[in-house]
Amino acid sequence: MSVDILIKIENLKKSFQGGLEALKGVNLEIQRGEILALLGPNGAGKTTLINAICGIVLPTSGSITVDGYDVVKDYRRTRSMIGLVPQELNLEAFEKVFQNVSYTRGLYGKKKDPAFIEKILRDLSLWDKKDSKLRELSGGMKKRALIAKALSHEPKILFLDEPTAGVDINLRRDMWRAVRELKEKGVTIILTTHYIEEAEAISDRVSVINNGEIIITDNKNDLMQKMGQKNLTIEFQEPFNEIPSSLGTYNLKMNNNISLTYTYDSQGSSTGITALLQDIKSAGLKLKDLNSSQTSLETIFEKLLEESA
Amino acid sequence: MNWTGIIAIYLHEMDRMRRTTVQSIFSPVISSSLYFVVFGAAIGSRIPVIEDISYGSFIVPGMIMLALLTQSVSNASSGIFFPKFLGTINEIYAAPLSTTEIVIGFVGAATTKSIILGSLILATGLFFVEIYIMHPFAMILMLVLTSLTFSLLGFLIGMLSTNWEELSIFPTLILSPLVFLGGSLYSINWLPEFWQNVSLVNPVLYLVSGFRWSFYEMADVSITTSLTMIFTFLILNITAIIYIFSKGFKIKD
Repeated sequence: MSVDILIKIENLKKSFQGGLEALKGVNLEIQRGEILALLGPNGAGKTTLINAICGIVLPTSGSITVDGYDVVKDYRRTRSMIGLVPQELNLEAFEKVFQNVSYTRGLYGKKKDPAFIEKILRDLSLWDKKDSKLRELSGGMKKRALIAKALSHEPKILFLDEPTAGVDINLRRDMWRAVRELKEKGVTIILTTHYIEEAEAISDRVSVINNGEIIITDNKNDLMQKMGQKNLTIEFQEPFNEIPSSLGTYNLKMNNNISLTYTYDSQGSSTGITALLQDIKSAGLKLKDLNSSQTSLETIFEKLLEESA
Repeated sequence: MNWTGIIAIYLHEMDRMRRTTVQSIFSPVISSSLYFVVFGAAIGSRIPVIEDISYGSFIVPGMIMLALLTQSVSNASSGIFFPKFLGTINEIYAAPLSTTEIVIGFVGAATTKSIILGSLILATGLFFVEIYIMHPFAMILMLVLTSLTFSLLGFLIGMLSTNWEELSIFPTLILSPLVFLGGSLYSINWLPEFWQNVSLVNPVLYLVSGFRWSFYEMADVSITTSLTMIFTFLILNITAIIYIFSKGFKIKD
């Protein structure tokens, strides 16, 4: 099946006036209908990349197309397709919620549609705050207001820049649910985050950016399988002081005097588990329990960053 | 053209004016009224009539022009600087709006505010002094063109300013002296010849003179010169805005 590319970024570079080279030749293809998590530490270039796609910063060189249209030459078409939830809670202080969300819809050239705005506000549990001034909202509510604004013009692509930074667990779950619902409606979603669990929980693909360069872009599950190692925790019935010498060839680590962790490559043709268990038996140790776990995306992410440093 | 987008910015800005009526409308109207009372009624009664016009009547066009220039710059510069300061400007940059559309929205609102303000000061003046307008069309033309030109200048200042201090440098250090020395409260004919010539370098003089001519046919320079000057400022401002937007200078880094 051919992949339907919605956003294509080619050799994108961005240098700021102060001399900072925020993007150093980014190549990235974003597929229609997917949720892509853009992972990277602070200052990696995530926000600059998003802002370049959305038209907030001008690229120094390279190209970005959205649905085949260039974001600089055909900015009206591309920007009409995009909704952006920015990282900062920057909102007009004295405007009311309903009015401000309607204002954003107007900026995108869409006719007034109070019923649609009402639906968005209700979906985001903001309807009872519709007449509140934006400055009276809590941080979490402001975040919801920003999401409402981004959705007000019915975008086909939604950028969420650190959507759950500083929000409580309930709102985070609400947002994840909202993101999944949008995906079901066919909206392509790109979210930046440094909460790896967020990427792990909701994304289809993961792209890791560091120092202005994309290190890897891959299907989340493939990435975890490729890069991930598995751990087998083995608990024994009786304590021991050191790993028996007959087990010296295995990648074992003592957790305490009653359990060991065996790390193995899940991609390998042979995991070595059968041989290990036989050697444990031969060494006279009696098993109590076995537990296997996959390396988290967080560990993979750290490993990738270390490799790229 | 994204007319809906332009109207959204325009109404958003007009709403900001509604929320700050005291600051943007009442305050300049009250200041002007005080000038009418002090210079028109109190001091003005001791100043001889000028070509059959009392001093109180004489200063009305100058007072309106003074308010138009300062308030157009102040309204338009803060109109664009606030979203920059708050960071809300990004949603305008991310919207499918051209540079021209953004300028029309912001400057259109600032110009409207200035026209409303100028009209209110004129109406207020009627309570204090005798006013007649001999060339209403020219008066309206000057009112609109001055409001538009200085709103464009204010927009430019707001765009280029990176902090509050820069925002206030031009109005305080350049515009205010030019306005007060531009013949808003006197005719340059009252000055020694040397200072008359110096005054001719002041662009504000041409605006005040042209505006006063539309009221009383009384001018320091001809109305044609005044209109030529205002059109020149207008074109200069538009060119400067097009240039800085095309370069993205201090705007989209």
